[in-house]
Amino acid sequence: MPIEVLMPALSPTMEKGNLAKWHKKEGDTVKSGDVIAEIETDKATMEVEAVDEGTLGKILVPEGTNDVAVNTPIAMILGEGEDAAALTDGGAGARQQKAPARPPAKAEQPGMQVEPAPAPAAPQVSAPRQLQAPPEPDLPAGTEMVTMTVREALRDAMAEEMRRDKSVFVIGEEVAEYQGAYKVTQGLLQEFGAARVIDTPITEHAMTGLGVGAAFAGLKPIVEFMTFNFAMQAMDQLINSAAKTRYMSGGQMKVSAVFRGPNGPAARVAAQHSQDYTSWYSHIPGLKVIAPYSASDAKGLLKSAIRDPNPVVFLENEILYGQSFPVPKLDDYLVPIGKAKIARPGSDVTIVAWSMGMSYALKAADELAKDNISAEVIDLRTLKPMDAESIIESVKKTNRVITVEEGWRQSGVGAEIAAIVTEGAFDWLDAPVTRVTGKDVPMPYAANLEKLALPSVADVVAAAKAVCYR
Amino acid sequence: MAVASNKPAAQPAAVRRASVEPAPQVPEFSQEQELHAYRQMLRIRRFEEKAGQLYGMGLIGGFCHLYIGQEAVVIGMQMAIKPGDEVITGYRDHGHMLACGMDPKGVMAELTGRRGGYSKGKGGSMHMFSVEKGFFGGHGIVGAQVPLGTGLAFANKYRGNDNVSLTYLGDGAANQGQVYESFNMAKLWKLPVIYIIENNQYGMGTSIARASATVNLSQRGRSFDIPGEQIDGMDVRAVKAAGDKAVKWCRDGNGPIILEMLTYRYRGHSMSDPAKYRSKEEVDKVRTEHDPIEQVRSRLLKRGFANEDSLKKIDAEVRAIINEAAEFASSDAEPDPAELWSNVYAE
Repeated sequence: MPIEVLMPALSPTMEKGNLAKWHKKEGDTVKSGDVIAEIETDKATMEVEAVDEGTLGKILVPEGTNDVAVNTPIAMILGEGEDAAALTDGGAGARQQKAPARPPAKAEQPGMQVEPAPAPAAPQVSAPRQLQAPPEPDLPAGTEMVTMTVREALRDAMAEEMRRDKSVFVIGEEVAEYQGAYKVTQGLLQEFGAARVIDTPITEHAMTGLGVGAAFAGLKPIVEFMTFNFAMQAMDQLINSAAKTRYMSGGQMKVSAVFRGPNGPAARVAAQHSQDYTSWYSHIPGLKVIAPYSASDAKGLLKSAIRDPNPVVFLENEILYGQSFPVPKLDDYLVPIGKAKIARPGSDVTIVAWSMGMSYALKAADELAKDNISAEVIDLRTLKPMDAESIIESVKKTNRVITVEEGWRQSGVGAEIAAIVTEGAFDWLDAPVTRVTGKDVPMPYAANLEKLALPSVADVVAAAKAVCYR
Repeated sequence: MAVASNKPAAQPAAVRRASVEPAPQVPEFSQEQELHAYRQMLRIRRFEEKAGQLYGMGLIGGFCHLYIGQEAVVIGMQMAIKPGDEVITGYRDHGHMLACGMDPKGVMAELTGRRGGYSKGKGGSMHMFSVEKGFFGGHGIVGAQVPLGTGLAFANKYRGNDNVSLTYLGDGAANQGQVYESFNMAKLWKLPVIYIIENNQYGMGTSIARASATVNLSQRGRSFDIPGEQIDGMDVRAVKAAGDKAVKWCRDGNGPIILEMLTYRYRGHSMSDPAKYRSKEEVDKVRTEHDPIEQVRSRLLKRGFANEDSLKKIDAEVRAIINEAAEFASSDAEPDPAELWSNVYAE
């Protein structure tokens, strides 16, 4: 029975890739471990190895094909004694080879956490493939929009600010030669050189302190955490050194620095690599905290963060990195820190979200519209300082509010918003403020449990209906 | 407060060296240098004694870590550097501020939490800064200043200037993990930083022998190929000579270097420490045989650089400066209540 070779998933969040090259042609003998093809994602080029032995019977996806979905059969391997006739049934009943893939030798990394051995055909969390593009307010009329991913928008923001200001530099693990563990710093080393794009050892605590010290001296570091999970190692420097020094010096010292990287649940990496730190950082006076959703906000807010004279914690989201949005084509597009935006106007219920929570919120708003419930979706974008005014204004219009976050429920950001609304719009409320959050459990690994631990579109819809008494 | 063990306290290394080894040859100071060192060290000593007194009167609150006994370290190092070099340290920091040229009035007023303090009364003993004088704190978390000081050195290298970062830490901080993370990056990138380990023999109430698997802290950079040297930190001339060499090493682009200063604090860890973990005899022996200020004083007299009268005059001048600082710090107003909300963020 012929064996199907499937398009492998190279990372927990990969959904599709390009088939760059076939190393074997039809009729070639393949042995276990032979490299049969190369595939590309937006992050890396990887080699596909054969697992089974036999003859490459048929190539189903020719080289140069883009956007091949994970788990698509890409070739058939004939076992010993089988001939091409076995393929004529179109592969029905074929056994599947879940092709492993490995990075090409030149880029091979020892056991880094972000790119675990690819899970064969990893089931995805409900990462939305097509995202709604929230309107961009306050743009000059006739501004041209270009489509780009959040990843590209972040890279462009850093590159633009580095061109503008020589005191800006990027420092972190794998940011230079490797081009970023998540490829956010792609191309920066080539443009700005090794003096300004600096690979560190795996040393979060001191690398953060070093960045703060450089900021004491007037430089503007962008410290990349491979993920914010590893920033717990650096918590003392972030809070005691970065956040508090200006106050403790009576305004004499300045820490103009950005600490950025992916935050929040990733996919299938379990409890230690899947956590939302938004509420942690937003608790700290002296820090600004930003968590954008769209590519245009990612770009405009990161540029503002780099220019800000304060320490800014910039929380990105791994699952959003590859998503595309329209971004204004302007020479210097800045989004102000501390301003929420109405991503979707509505009149019946306010949904407050940010970062990944926005994808649940916007989809839920679509669902609710089918039931004639008009949801207003507010993208907070900045968590600290929080734009309480925009939330309260919206609640005064809709009289109902729910919050959406992937973080834990107790002492989460939703609890803070509930207090803000209670204090600022109590008389306007027609229903209790309701929180949709991640469950208060460490993130489980199993796909079904992981899904249960996270908020869902259905949860948001149900909460919105509940506060509308529907 | 840590409780004393029954074990006898480790003999201070300064004592150990003096009694076992012949004193290494140190270059003599000129008259001008001896007088400068005397005056500067005496200023720190009198300042700290006054701070202790104000603490006892309830004018200074919280933690207050005095530098008495260790004065030769900062003064000798300060004599080896130039304007533009940076100084950063932990929480036993008053001596460093005065050595950097910060105004004793502003430092003392910060200790008393008054508006004329260097941090407007919002930092206190452990958190003062003067960018103008090259002093970058004043850090309250043991060891946290080490990556910060390494970052100052990084900025020097980034800008291509020849400034050197003097990053001070104690024997207690020498066991913190981030110190070694910093050593690694400093050597990897050849950053111009001198790690000055002020080994005063006790991390709070725990002697170095009870806390450190290896007690020669100058060799703590060996895994990173960072050279290090043990210095008699009670002899300001030895400190200055070592500082000169280390500063040149850094300015010449050789990367980091470690100087372990063997020194001793006469007072407890903080004001609330009765120092029962060591004997009175141990303290007295260092005071009488190795006091950094007395060493300079006796040389000044012996070499005819000064006489009792001229030294008395210096003492009186120093006392006047310190009394003026104490007077200011006791009479200056508390911060305006509106200062509660200022300086959380930069505009």
